[in-house]
Amino acid sequence: MAMFIRVDVDPAVQADPALCKRLVELCPVDIFALDGAGRIATVEQNLDECTLCDLCIAAAPGRVTVVKLYAEG
Amino acid sequence: MRLYEHESKQLLRRHGVPLPKSALARSAEEAERAAAGLGGPVVLKSQVLTGGRMKAGGVRFASSPAEAKSAAAAILTLPINGQQPAGVLVEERRTIAQEYYAAVTWDTRAKQPVIVFSDMGGIDVEEVAVQHPGHVARVHFSALTPFSDFFAKVAVASTGVSGNELGALTRIVAALARAFLQYDLTLAEINPIGRLDDGSIVALDAHLDMEEEARGTHRALLQELGVPEEDTRQARPPTAFEIAGAAVDASDPRGVAGRVVEFDGNLGLIIGAGGGSLTLFDAIRAAGGKPANYCEIGGNPSVGKAAALTRLVLSKPGVEQIAVMMNVVSNTRVDIMARGVIKGVIEAGHDPAAKIAIFRIPGSWEEEGFAILRRYGVDYVDRSVSMHEAARRAVAKLGAQPGRKR
Repeated sequence: MAMFIRVDVDPAVQADPALCKRLVELCPVDIFALDGAGRIATVEQNLDECTLCDLCIAAAPGRVTVVKLYAEG
Repeated sequence: MRLYEHESKQLLRRHGVPLPKSALARSAEEAERAAAGLGGPVVLKSQVLTGGRMKAGGVRFASSPAEAKSAAAAILTLPINGQQPAGVLVEERRTIAQEYYAAVTWDTRAKQPVIVFSDMGGIDVEEVAVQHPGHVARVHFSALTPFSDFFAKVAVASTGVSGNELGALTRIVAALARAFLQYDLTLAEINPIGRLDDGSIVALDAHLDMEEEARGTHRALLQELGVPEEDTRQARPPTAFEIAGAAVDASDPRGVAGRVVEFDGNLGLIIGAGGGSLTLFDAIRAAGGKPANYCEIGGNPSVGKAAALTRLVLSKPGVEQIAVMMNVVSNTRVDIMARGVIKGVIEAGHDPAAKIAIFRIPGSWEEEGFAILRRYGVDYVDRSVSMHEAARRAVAKLGAQPGRKR
């Protein structure tokens, strides 16, 4: 169970197979994976490994959000 | 990693160091056959990776194969400093007229290798250096340029040795220095070198230590010497805890989080960074603390790896709290370490605020890391608190735990 990081992916991303594939390729800690139907999903056990590199956010502005679960306020 | 005497001698023989004839025996019967093959009186020496063999009864003399068999049987069943012999070296016994000492090691202050030579060998060279300083020579040389025999000659001649002996000893010391450089040794020692009654000069005992990190570079050589890859050459076999630590480290290529050594204290340590492990371990002890373990972390281990190491340390019976401390880090992220350690503590069923005595890892991404620590109520300090002060606070906090027996 991830304790520190949650990654939200806009359902609209599923309509863009190229973006789905790109997200899987660019994440350095394998947070994204494609299921058998080519749909993107997050890999629960890798979420806390997130390095906050923002590559996914840069690839899908406004459609992928990285949430720091420890953030104050 | 230390090489056995017989391995050290095999290696030095390749460099032209004159040695007595010898054979390694793994049983009393092999020792008997070896003695018969050598002919004449022999000396039998326990093959252990520790000193004090003579005093412990691990060196015996025999004048016949039958005596050699009996002596080997005694040696092979005699543990020395807790070590079982890996065999017995059966060597022709020679009459010694004079003993010399030669070693090459690193002078960490000079940051250069140094030759140490004495014309008073066979005994503790540190004692000779104190009692007879004029009989111990030290000559530094560069590890960056090809070794010149000149340095060996200066070392030997400095003790007053001259004539044929100067030439023979220079060749041995030069060979020792070349072996030191070629095989990434941390110590190459021959004690004693003996001048025999016939005037010849031979190395009677040898002790080589190879840099642990160089094992991969010299894999072929170690195979030739018969050193198995799984042979750690440590003073004692690894404990289950230490084996588990190595498994954690091997489980993920990212960074280092393992290399644990088990102790019997109550404060678990997650420590590291540029010599920080040794400094922090000493600091805990200096503050009166009792470490449950030594370990090394660094190079930005993954969250999963740091968590696994934390769970392992907490699983050790007797561990009451852990101290998470490093030097100022540039290649390890503070937030990643904070995540890993907190995750490990929670997965082990504990409250991070209660179980982590102190978290002192300043450096990259520290503000992010400190935010995580605040979220979980963990007591942390930044770089303005020295490693020694952090260690002192960890020990004091452990001692002040409610309900703790003093």
